[in-house]
Amino acid sequence: MTADLLTVEALAAGYGPVPVLHDVDLRVPTGTIAAVIGANGAGKTTLLRTLSGMLRPTAGRILLDGRDLRGTAVEQLVRRGVAHVPEGRGVIGELTVEENLRLGALWRRDRGDAARALDEVYQLFEPLAARRRHLGHQLSGGERQMLALGRALVGRPRLLLLDEPSLGLAPRVVAQTMALLRRLRDENGLTVLLVEQNVRSALAVADQGIVMSLGRIALAAPAARLRDDADLRHAYLGF
Amino acid sequence: MDRFLFLTLDGLSRGAVYAAFALALVLIWRAGRIVNFAQGAMAVAAAYVAYSVTAATGSYWLGFGAALLAGLLLGAVVDIAVMRLVDHRSPLNPVIVALGLVLLIQAVLGMVYGNEYLPAQTPFSRSALTVGGTAVLSPYDLFVFATVGVVGAALVWIFTRTAIGLRMRAAAFAPEVSRLLGVNVGGMLTLGWALASGVGALAGMLVIPTELGLHPHAMDLVFVSAFTAAVIGGLDSPPGAVVGGLGVGLLLSYVSGYAGGDLIPLAVLALLMTVLLVRPGGLFAPVTARRV
Repeated sequence: MTADLLTVEALAAGYGPVPVLHDVDLRVPTGTIAAVIGANGAGKTTLLRTLSGMLRPTAGRILLDGRDLRGTAVEQLVRRGVAHVPEGRGVIGELTVEENLRLGALWRRDRGDAARALDEVYQLFEPLAARRRHLGHQLSGGERQMLALGRALVGRPRLLLLDEPSLGLAPRVVAQTMALLRRLRDENGLTVLLVEQNVRSALAVADQGIVMSLGRIALAAPAARLRDDADLRHAYLGF
Repeated sequence: MDRFLFLTLDGLSRGAVYAAFALALVLIWRAGRIVNFAQGAMAVAAAYVAYSVTAATGSYWLGFGAALLAGLLLGAVVDIAVMRLVDHRSPLNPVIVALGLVLLIQAVLGMVYGNEYLPAQTPFSRSALTVGGTAVLSPYDLFVFATVGVVGAALVWIFTRTAIGLRMRAAAFAPEVSRLLGVNVGGMLTLGWALASGVGALAGMLVIPTELGLHPHAMDLVFVSAFTAAVIGGLDSPPGAVVGGLGVGLLLSYVSGYAGGDLIPLAVLALLMTVLLVRPGGLFAPVTARRV
């Protein structure tokens, strides 16, 4: 029995007076991948933004390692081991590849390990090493994906929040990304919560599938069940 | 020819100050998308601090240091106590507030120090040295060049080589992403204001003694010139601000030398209008496509 790294209880959030999330409960055990899937407007991105503190919950609790995250500022979250790769990946186009990556580790006190993490990212994503001095906006979609993931990884996060990593990428790049997430989970014990519209590739790599609909959790089940149980899939995912 | 050389060198010296002041405008524009119209008044306030400190201690350099420190602090205070509270959804709001600050600062300075011109001293002689019978630069001009050069180099170093500079650039370009990466975005913005205001105070210290002296309105025309320089440079471009500053300095020196000093305000406004009409994005702005 692994402990849950992330626990969300009765979470509600929204934009101004407009509620988006209602009564969201979920658990992500340490060292597993959870895929949040659902239609456009189901509240997936809102969920991630609330988890990383950019949006304040109106009710409920978010626990990281059993500790309440309430009152933790967005800029402090990365120090608690949470890395959020936002919608559109958040590569800063005006900065070079190297600057983007360094930015991901600037908060770290252990400069030696930060430098090691940077080297590891360059080994993991070789195309980035060749383009260190290029500006972010000169990169291809696949390279941006690498940069966004690499920038999250130099912080050596425990929990990685990913918003639509497959968006706008070639199927081959999507497959590589998912394979990488699986590897990071298996080798480094990384915990991942990813939000995806690309249900098949998300479920292929996930341990748990969380189906959202109209701001609520419609179903949370082992990903294998969602993959294999045609009735369930049909009922909740429509294919 | 001698006269042309003299006016050119004098223009470059004046332009170096405009460049520094324009650089300060660019710093705040890049950090927070605000044109700080209060920068002239803030620089004057710092210069009055220098005046008081020098009067009390007898040391120009203590006053100089106090002005820079006052500039840095004033910038931080203006950001924290004023600009942060302004609703930025309309770009006009911070502009109006900045203009209000100008009135406030000038009124307070007038009440404390009076609305008379006070003498502003220079640390070095302002009489031009002659080389082979030709009047060239004064020791003070050389001091201005050196100071602006050092400050410019220091800014380049801070922004491109240090971790804090990287944070400041990231916070300006992508505040939300920067927060997710652990950057204290509000703090970086305040630091940007402090730096810019410090540079503005420095420019004020350099230019005020070369004009009529210390007065609550001493930087009004300098502000317009430096703003023109920054617009020529494209507001977003630090090298553009330097080139624009030197260009405006040269132009004003020629106008004043060949056509008369009274025409300077007119020349500045004519230049500003021309730039805004012909190339509103500035000479250094990237070419943008426009749908027609």
